[in-house]
Amino acid sequence: MATTMVKEVGSEPAQLLGPESASERTLYPYVTGTSVVALKYKDGILMAADMGASYGSTLRYKSVERMKSIGKHSLLGASGEISDFQEILHYLDELILYDNMWDDGNSLGPKEVHSYLTRVMYNRRNKFNPLWNSLVLGGVKNGQKYLGMVSMIGVNFEDNHVATGFGNHLARPILRDEWHENLSFEDGVKLLEKCMRVLLYRDRSAVNKLQIAKITEEGVTISQPYALKTFWGFSAFQNPTVGAEGSW
Amino acid sequence: MFRNQYDTDVTTWSPAGRLFQVEYAMEAVKQGSAAIGLRSKTHVVLACVNKANSELSSHQKKIFKVDDHIGVAIAGLTADGRVLSRYMRSECINYSFTYESPLPVGRLVVQLADKAQVCTQRSWKRPYGVGLLVAGLDESGAHLYYNCPSGNYFEYQAFAIGSRSQAAKTYLERRFANFADSSRDDLIKDALIAVRETLQGETLKSSICTVAVVGVGEAFHVLDQDTVQQLIDAFEIVGEPEGPAAEPEPEPEPEPDAAAEEGTTADQGAAPDQGVAPMDI
Repeated sequence: MATTMVKEVGSEPAQLLGPESASERTLYPYVTGTSVVALKYKDGILMAADMGASYGSTLRYKSVERMKSIGKHSLLGASGEISDFQEILHYLDELILYDNMWDDGNSLGPKEVHSYLTRVMYNRRNKFNPLWNSLVLGGVKNGQKYLGMVSMIGVNFEDNHVATGFGNHLARPILRDEWHENLSFEDGVKLLEKCMRVLLYRDRSAVNKLQIAKITEEGVTISQPYALKTFWGFSAFQNPTVGAEGSW
Repeated sequence: MFRNQYDTDVTTWSPAGRLFQVEYAMEAVKQGSAAIGLRSKTHVVLACVNKANSELSSHQKKIFKVDDHIGVAIAGLTADGRVLSRYMRSECINYSFTYESPLPVGRLVVQLADKAQVCTQRSWKRPYGVGLLVAGLDESGAHLYYNCPSGNYFEYQAFAIGSRSQAAKTYLERRFANFADSSRDDLIKDALIAVRETLQGETLKSSICTVAVVGVGEAFHVLDQDTVQQLIDAFEIVGEPEGPAAEPEPEPEPEPDAAAEEGTTADQGAAPDQGVAPMDI
């Protein structure tokens, strides 16, 4: 099966649109993570993602950390191909390393990391070899909160709340209604949990094991994994086949 | 410095541990016409003496805008300076494109210094014959750096390079303790006075000097000749370098005392003329 080859940004993938022989460009994702949801609150950014990685329709891996801290000021969450996410973490590791090696008073903030990721994603897309991810980048630097998203084709934007994948359809409407400036930490978490619960009910690739990450001026905290309470005792679920003749 | 058997190429050390070619390159900087830089907490001012070869020709451009937040003044081989400015502009714009953020001056200066160092360690190259005063703003405030042909760089509160820069340095040394909290206009005034010091008697006019400013909320730009002339007129009336009040904002408005006595109380340069400054190489 065709796999994504690790390639330097400079070299050309063989057989861009040609026939059979060794295709070295990404065609489909294989092990994927589902939605990431994030919002700005009073002190910074809150981000939530579950710990599942699916292999097609199999919920294969259930302890995958899909949010990671980047440098001192940023937090990255990713959905999509997990191996590509790991590749991106590798690029960012190097970026932060070189940034630290300058050893001067300057450091890359969330805006810079977001812009860098946009460039990387867009350039890969132009070579028809995308990193199959939707990335959420949040952070705080010098009191300025920042929250942005980059898609696998390089579309990027900033907003007060973002979500990837199914989150766009299920979580964003809730956030549009209920988000407001200066949410407290507790309210922010409640709001995110509300979104994640809906996703858990309705997204088939969601698993009930999630983490919530917080980034403030002080730094990053990623919670221990936990599960959401769910309720299935709806009357509509009792005797579900009562109206359907022949069904069981 | 006298010629000696160790000065033919840059990859030969002298027994005393000197690289003469690098030192000769620094001589070239000393022969160029003066450039001065000074900074406060929020602004950096660059000023330089701009002599034209003849009345028929235009002036050498010695101050270059590198980015909205960085500018550079050069002294020495202006062609080398131009090439390095292009490099700096390129670095800034590439960084801006990738990170959507201005390149921190401190990093640009290190890259520039590393580039200069390469030329001190290759037998087929020569050192850049130009000194650069890099003025810029970043997260940690206003900065002024001096980049040497040797590949060294230093940060300064105020500095002057080029011919007769010692006179300017002396003036700056007397006054630099005040610079950190100076207003923008006082800073420009001090820069102009420092330039005047290097002219040794010759009248300071906006046609022979160039001034540029960068500051918090103010992109790097070169002040136009009329503005500079107004500033010169304003403080030359006052006479001594201890001008009290800040100038009005440099906008085209007639100076009230322009028509009044000029230079009667001025006690600058009654020195005998020593001829014009050497041309830019």
